[in-house]
Amino acid sequence: MNNLVEKMLQGDRRSTARIITLIENDAPEKREILKQIYPYTGRAHVVGITGSPGAGKSSLVDELTREIRGEGLKVGIIAVDPTSPFSGGALLGDRIRMQEHATDRGVFIRSMGTRGNLGGLAEATRDAIRVLDAFGCEVILVETVGVGQSELDIMHHADTTLVVLTPQAGDHIQTIKAGIMEIADIFVINKADLDGTGKMVTDIEAMLDMSTPASGWRPPVLTTIALDHRGIPELWATIKEHRAWRKDNRVETTKEKVRRELAEIIQHQLTHLINRDLDRHYQNLIERVAARQLDPYSAAMEVIKKSWKGGLMQ
Amino acid sequence: MARKIRVLIAKPGLDGHDRGARVIARALRDAGMEVIYTGLHQTPEQIVEAAIQEDVDVVGLSILSGAHMTLIPRVTQLLRENGADDILVIGGGTIPEDDIKALKEGGWVKELFTPGTPLEAIVEWIQANVKV
Ligand code: B12
Ligand SMILES: Nc1nc2c(ncn2[C@@H]2O[C@H](COP(=O)(O)OP(=O)(O)OP(=O)(O)O)[C@@H](O)[C@H]2O)c(=O)[nH]1
Ligand SMILES: [Mg+2]
Repeated sequence: MNNLVEKMLQGDRRSTARIITLIENDAPEKREILKQIYPYTGRAHVVGITGSPGAGKSSLVDELTREIRGEGLKVGIIAVDPTSPFSGGALLGDRIRMQEHATDRGVFIRSMGTRGNLGGLAEATRDAIRVLDAFGCEVILVETVGVGQSELDIMHHADTTLVVLTPQAGDHIQTIKAGIMEIADIFVINKADLDGTGKMVTDIEAMLDMSTPASGWRPPVLTTIALDHRGIPELWATIKEHRAWRKDNRVETTKEKVRRELAEIIQHQLTHLINRDLDRHYQNLIERVAARQLDPYSAAMEVIKKSWKGGLMQ
Repeated sequence: MARKIRVLIAKPGLDGHDRGARVIARALRDAGMEVIYTGLHQTPEQIVEAAIQEDVDVVGLSILSGAHMTLIPRVTQLLRENGADDILVIGGGTIPEDDIKALKEGGWVKELFTPGTPLEAIVEWIQANVKV
């Protein structure tokens, strides 16, 4: 077994951190490591926390962690912040609000940049979740600003998704981006100390009245004040309720999840191979299409026919 | 393989001067690094634990309180105790020449940068000293 994996399974934090780095960097060891840890995963409850910038996501993660630690459960936190498209660098500041737990051995916090890799972000996050799962974290909290599609895709890997809103004007219901509402299992109106909280709750409830959830779970709308722990015990209780409901109703069975993951991995791999092969072996074909001697559909079929005989299989 | 340099910028002790730390954090981000900023009033224990969990290449301590002679060795010592002394420790702030000499010669810190240091010099030092 890989030395890092062995040490991680014995509880070594440094090895755990190293493994996440290798995954983020898409290092050559990545696949072997993920293969080895897979049998140890699938136990954690993964809670996704998304919402507009500054809504109080990190503060909520911090307060939830305190609540969960009160029950003695080990907590993993993954905090995703945007990578600058200009420099490729990132300023990861979510930890500032989580320092209370910095030296608690029952809490492992990791910050990740989005690194601008389309789709790859959700993949790296999913794999980092697996690492913390194998490390023994019983609850994993994943914070991300729900601005891009790939950031929302992360939520496919959560068992329970919280959408965090605030009573402030910018968050008004009509202005909330489509896509973010659909993924909520629980709505959290944070900063309930501010004006407009009641109206916000009413608006969301009205919206929920108009859409019958296919699953049978109507997302509860909770209010919190992260700054003084108000509403946090209720929030944790509701997360547990959702977990129990999922179990009873077998929503999105493991099989469906696995199917989606396989499709993702295969698509990823195929895209990579197609691009490689087009560059390497099909320059001639590309030229013929460019010269209008061949139409693109016929050219594509030609590539597919040849490739499935072995070329694409590698 | 897409490796990125990861740096923890931390303010140990009771020192509230965070301008320098923020300026450095932004400069390193703009140079393509991933910077984890943990805010004010960190204990050495918190800093070392964050450095390990975040798997950083560099810990950068910003100290303008005069407490550098105790805080910097403490962080380095804790890193050693945790088997993480391959992480480079650097720092900056109002630190007198004599203390810089003592801290470097004692092996407590790789490099220190005093007020007025151009940001490019700091970026270049990190790029030159972290093995990518
Ligand atoms: C601005 C300032 C303040 C502001 C701070 C605002 C803020 N949020 O940061 C305010 C007014 C709040 C303040 C308060 C105080 N201050 Co004051 N302050 C300064 C001043 C004038 C400039 C500091 C600054 O921001 N510089 C700009 C930044 C960009 O530079 P820098 O931090 O030095 O960073 C550079 C390098 O040092 C280095 N660097 C710094 N950190 C890091 C980290 C890494 C990893 C790296 C690689 C490099 C690096 O790179 C940077 C770029 O070159 C200095 C005097 C001075 N000339 O330094 C006094 C100074 C630091 N303050 C001082 C004092 C005494 C105080 C107070 C105690 C005053 C009082 N009696 O109330 C309080 C304490 C505040 C507190 N809670 O800690 C003394 C400290 C003396 C000492 N070291 O023993 C100084 C030196 C003034 C003096 N000559 O007496 N202060
Ligand atoms: N009034 C009020 N302010 C709050 C509350 N919760 C958090 N805040 C403040 O809101 C600001 C942002 O909080 P964060 O927890 O960093 O929010 P975030 O959503 O993680 O922010 P990003 O990660 O930057 O998107 C901070 O200044 C918090 O102190 C609350 O319940 N009430
Ligand atoms: Mg945050």
